[in-house]
Amino acid sequence: MSIVVDAISKSYKSLKALNNISFDVKEGELFGLIGPDGAGKTTLFRVLTTLLFADEGKGTVAGLDLVKDYKIIRESVGYMPGKFSLYQDLTVEENLKFFATIFGTTIEENYELIEDIYVQIEPFKNRRAGKLSGGMKQKLALCCALIHKPTVLFLDEPTTGVDPVSRKEFWEMIKRLQQKGITILVSTPYMDEAALCDRIALIQDGIILQIDTPEAIIKHYPKSIYNVSADNMYQLIQSLKAFEHSHSVYPFGEFVHYTDKRTAFNPDHLKRYLAKKLLSNITVEITEPTIEDAFMELAK
Amino acid sequence: MEDNKVIEVKGLTKMFGDFTAVSAITFDVKKGEIFGFLGANGAGKTTAMKMLIGISKPTAGEAKVAGFDVASQAEDIKKNIGYMSQKFALYDDLTVRENITFFGGIYGLTRARIKEKTSELVQELGLQDLTDKLVGSLPLGWKQKISFSVSLLHEPKIVFLDEPTGGVDPITRRQFWEMIYKSASKGTTIFVTTHYMDEAEYCDRVSIMVNGKIEALDTPKKMKEQYKAETMNDVFLKLARG
Repeated sequence: MSIVVDAISKSYKSLKALNNISFDVKEGELFGLIGPDGAGKTTLFRVLTTLLFADEGKGTVAGLDLVKDYKIIRESVGYMPGKFSLYQDLTVEENLKFFATIFGTTIEENYELIEDIYVQIEPFKNRRAGKLSGGMKQKLALCCALIHKPTVLFLDEPTTGVDPVSRKEFWEMIKRLQQKGITILVSTPYMDEAALCDRIALIQDGIILQIDTPEAIIKHYPKSIYNVSADNMYQLIQSLKAFEHSHSVYPFGEFVHYTDKRTAFNPDHLKRYLAKKLLSNITVEITEPTIEDAFMELAK
Repeated sequence: MEDNKVIEVKGLTKMFGDFTAVSAITFDVKKGEIFGFLGANGAGKTTAMKMLIGISKPTAGEAKVAGFDVASQAEDIKKNIGYMSQKFALYDDLTVRENITFFGGIYGLTRARIKEKTSELVQELGLQDLTDKLVGSLPLGWKQKISFSVSLLHEPKIVFLDEPTGGVDPITRRQFWEMIYKSASKGTTIFVTTHYMDEAEYCDRVSIMVNGKIEALDTPKKMKEQYKAETMNDVFLKLARG
């Protein structure tokens, strides 16, 4: 096991940021922590990178104890914090050199690992880090986190605030790093990124709701989901919520995701009900659940 | 139909020196519409929005927002629009009630009206137990819902929302969108700037800006058909990557 988290809890005053969290990450696995702001993702990263002590529980990273072996852990893991933490006044190249030196290595020694990322920012190597665009900053931060060839990589919300194009590029980089044998723990508030991980933990309010592969989480969704649409979205939501058999009603883009309490559900019955509520252009069609549906059902 | 347009933009342009941040964009937004204004970082959407809310003067072209000209009637625009952003929303060091009173005052509501609006808002959001709590102590989801309600205090014709639901848990997010649908159904126009493509899926129509220009403008459904894409995220990737 690359990462073992065993019944870890952490509180800030009265706020329980992590509540009895346990999971394992296998060697070479890409494991995602999926949850909204305030779920406890960053606190967990800080515990696992030995920057915070847990109040209760224990854990290991790369086989090393979080408390006893903290110094060796720091040497062997890479950590990219959610908040941009490089030196804004140093250039791209200076930042990278700085981090290499801190870890007792050189850029040249591990260049192979960062090469395909670094070449993208190399044209700006004399630019100060503070003057880079969001996507460029992320790439530089990733290079700095990799420069000492870590065995385990912690990426805390690497794609937050980044536009879809940079987001896609970033995930392609993560995948390539995984292929090089690095174990990766990545957190994200974007539910659609869950599908890119081998396994995920859905986390909210310091509690893990479920751990499994993304496919299995979707497969275990307990209900049939219907895409419902009509001309007036607000009236549609209100009417569905008022329907006596409704189990859940969630707007989902141009549709509403609807589940029914009954096992024997007839879409025509719902259509007739909605027509009586004076809605027009009604459609009711079965659809596949998403990770977000699973998350909401578990958090309900 | 002309009266139905709450935002009218014609050839709106903004230059910074030689750099054209916004290049002759043209579009309209109707009353009660939820309009998504999308673009990658640096595509020019923030610059365009700043012109629309009257805090940046256009280099060329014109735009009318709530019937007022952005270049010559900026102050009137500010009184007739609401604005909410994830970065700046409410004051953490004030209580919920104090925030409402403060923003009500800024928008020129009378004391009596503020009182009335406060109880209305508290009732609607079910905030009875939280009115005297500091906003800083509330969960993000609550802050955003209150912040949205506060942006509607003066009953503006248009509300500008800047990445309103990033990072919020999925259930709260839906509650937030229900609030948006509700105000839109009452006739308030909603202008959402975002680069979160899943927020785009909720809009009636969306525009996508690439390098200062509007490259596409349609309903999410038609856009997905046109670009043979499953999601708005895929549409965006196709457009932005060229």
